[in-house]
Amino acid sequence: MANEILRIEGVRKGFGGLKAVDNCSLSVPERTIVGLIGPNGAGKSTLFDLISGFIKPDAGNIIFSGKEIVGLPAYRIAGMGLIRTFQIPRALMRMTVLENMMLGSQNQLGEMILAPIIRHGRVKAEERAIEKKAEDILKFFDLLRMRDEYAGSMSGGQKKMLEMARALMANPRLLLLDEPFAGVNPALSERLIEKIKLLRKSGLTIMIIEHAIPYVLALSDELYVLNKGAILASGQPDKVISDSRVFEAYLGVGSDAQP
Amino acid sequence: MQDYLVSIILTAGIYAIFALGLNLQWGYAGLLNFGHVAFMAIGAYTTVLLSMNEVPLILAVPAGMVLAGACGAFLGVATLRLREDYLAIVTIGFSEIVRFILLNWSSLTRGSFGLYGYPRPLEEMIPHEDYNLLLAGVVIVVLLLVYALLEILAKSPWGRVLKSVRDDEAVSVSLGKNAFSYKVQSLALGSAIAALAGSMLAFYLQYINPNNFQPIETFYAWIMVILGGSGSNRGTIAGAVLLWGFFSTTRFLEGYVSLSPSASGALRMVIIGLVLIALMMFRPQGLFGRKEELAVGK
Repeated sequence: MANEILRIEGVRKGFGGLKAVDNCSLSVPERTIVGLIGPNGAGKSTLFDLISGFIKPDAGNIIFSGKEIVGLPAYRIAGMGLIRTFQIPRALMRMTVLENMMLGSQNQLGEMILAPIIRHGRVKAEERAIEKKAEDILKFFDLLRMRDEYAGSMSGGQKKMLEMARALMANPRLLLLDEPFAGVNPALSERLIEKIKLLRKSGLTIMIIEHAIPYVLALSDELYVLNKGAILASGQPDKVISDSRVFEAYLGVGSDAQP
Repeated sequence: MQDYLVSIILTAGIYAIFALGLNLQWGYAGLLNFGHVAFMAIGAYTTVLLSMNEVPLILAVPAGMVLAGACGAFLGVATLRLREDYLAIVTIGFSEIVRFILLNWSSLTRGSFGLYGYPRPLEEMIPHEDYNLLLAGVVIVVLLLVYALLEILAKSPWGRVLKSVRDDEAVSVSLGKNAFSYKVQSLALGSAIAALAGSMLAFYLQYINPNNFQPIETFYAWIMVILGGSGSNRGTIAGAVLLWGFFSTTRFLEGYVSLSPSASGALRMVIIGLVLIALMMFRPQGLFGRKEELAVGK
């Protein structure tokens, strides 16, 4: 595929005797939403950890926009525009919502130790621009009124939204969302779906882990099913979901039930 | 009485600078440095030894800061990849290593005899009996400069990254920040500030010896930071003033209680301990800290 942004080839990762990810290969085309589903313990989050460099694979290649990224430190992979969120929301609880957001911005001059003193004016101007952008994104997620609250005071659903909003501050090229709808109420989830679609329209590529099948079907252009660390099925979401092997993986092999 | 006030200003000011360095490491970056006094000792001895060898103070003081900063960075690089509590163990060990080197490297440091008769800043400009007043002024100016520097940094994007590392390092990394480098930077800068306090202490005491730099000094700085509120520079200064104010005022009261000096000294520490316990129970964020930013527990 000419315009693929991420390719994973034969990635393996074991923890002791357990093969968490076993010979996994997949490809993410630019400007699409790729869904990743699978039973609990299938290795979905481990795969995200591998892609984002938080853990190193035992074997295999991970190519992000044409560059091999296996072995690069996680902060550098993020700096290349591959931003991930976490399954359990990890807002920076003891910082305000706005501080959380502004942290997301990349390549800030003011993050160099002496710059806030010797380049005071430029850092101030940079901060104003980042703050403006943060407010725009917060507005997009209906979080603007929480701007000066500590993130620790937010509800679970709001923290999920904040995490996604903060990731967008980094101008990602590929966004990995780990269960963005977990703990978010249905009404808010519907709105979140519309927002994610808008993001795809604006050119963002998204890979999404999600248990709620209806949401995955509503969003994904392509769907991968992971089971016991390996890709079980892939392709068009509605076809994949009616595959009997997928059904068996979810309900357990040997089940007589048919979809 | 005036001498007394000046000596309180000097000690509180010097320890406030010292504790501000620790607050940068603990209050902002969440690093457990239990060997802060080592960097004070490095600053004091480097400045004194260089100035005794004809190096002007304007160079000797920064030299101590650079050496202490480098030692802090080295300790960070060596241990920060491990779990955070290892830093606490390594730094407390380091501070004792430094003290024992100073005690035993007699050809350089004269060991437990200590060093004296070294140059002090602006000494020739003022009669000896008024010197402490001048030094108090110098200490206040240095304290204000350090405070201003740390306030600018704390409110800057650099300080924001530091706070994110304290809160959740993985999040910081997931947003492209080199968390390890920021931890090393805060250790190095905090250590350099401790060294500056060490130089000031040497000027004030006119005599330094390795036993000025016992581990208890580190824990005085911890008391100041916790009393004032972790993550608050103003609070740290208030903590230093309160602690030294308490030490000195209770010295007045010694005449009224029939206790030996060592017993009354122990009683002072017991009272401080009780105050800290009460503080943790009723106002765990300290005097100036923010409850939402509480650095203990998550």
